[in-house]
Amino acid sequence: MAESDAAPPIANYSDEDFRDELLATLPHLRAFARGLCGRPDYADDLTQEAAIKAWTARDRYQPGTNLRAWTFAILRNHFLSELRKTRRQTDLDDGAVERMLVMEADQEGGLHLSDMEDALRQLNPERREAVLLVGAGGFTYEEAAAIADCAVGTMKSRVARARTDLARILDTEPGEIAAETNRKRPGLTKRR
Amino acid sequence: MSQQKPPKGPERMPGLPPETLRDGEPGWAVGLRKLYNSVVDEPLPTSFDDLLKKLDDGEDG
Repeated sequence: MAESDAAPPIANYSDEDFRDELLATLPHLRAFARGLCGRPDYADDLTQEAAIKAWTARDRYQPGTNLRAWTFAILRNHFLSELRKTRRQTDLDDGAVERMLVMEADQEGGLHLSDMEDALRQLNPERREAVLLVGAGGFTYEEAAAIADCAVGTMKSRVARARTDLARILDTEPGEIAAETNRKRPGLTKRR
Repeated sequence: MSQQKPPKGPERMPGLPPETLRDGEPGWAVGLRKLYNSVVDEPLPTSFDDLLKKLDDGEDG
């Protein structure tokens, strides 16, 4: 299928075409941001900031390529630079920033974290990003590696480790999934 | 990694990854996609109104 309904024609690709594609991508950006940082409000801020950056840089987008991948890369780079800023300001190491993010999220009243979200947030950030891109976002390893600016082999190994981690966390953590697993509910079997 | 890759190309951009269990996949893998898709399916909150207006007006930054 060479023709695609999703992308407008490459010739005469206008600002309006870009805007329409960007608008269609916003829900995906939100989902990716939510998975990355785990905090809905902050994720929405990141999404909007990334969307503005994408809009401002729209001349650099190659029509016909994957806008979702392009904007995801913008969002993750923005997220990382915000993390680094926080770290500089407070002189924290990587782990401390991570712990802080988790703490702040836990302190939000009324925010119910599903076991999956909880498990995601326990992952090393690189592995979390990897499994979000490939496991949730449906990107190929090649696309995910381009977004995360790493080698394809590195991406594959991050995804594999994330999967192992998630299986372990969801296997042992108390909570709905673990409880259901203990009751031997079909569809939630851990091992085959 | 031997599992199937999703189809390539921009045509799958608006589509969501399937929520059914693929061969050899643990149950949480579906949960992960459901989590992602649940956010994708949410309507944009009102906090996005300014952004949408900016884009509508074609404003820069």
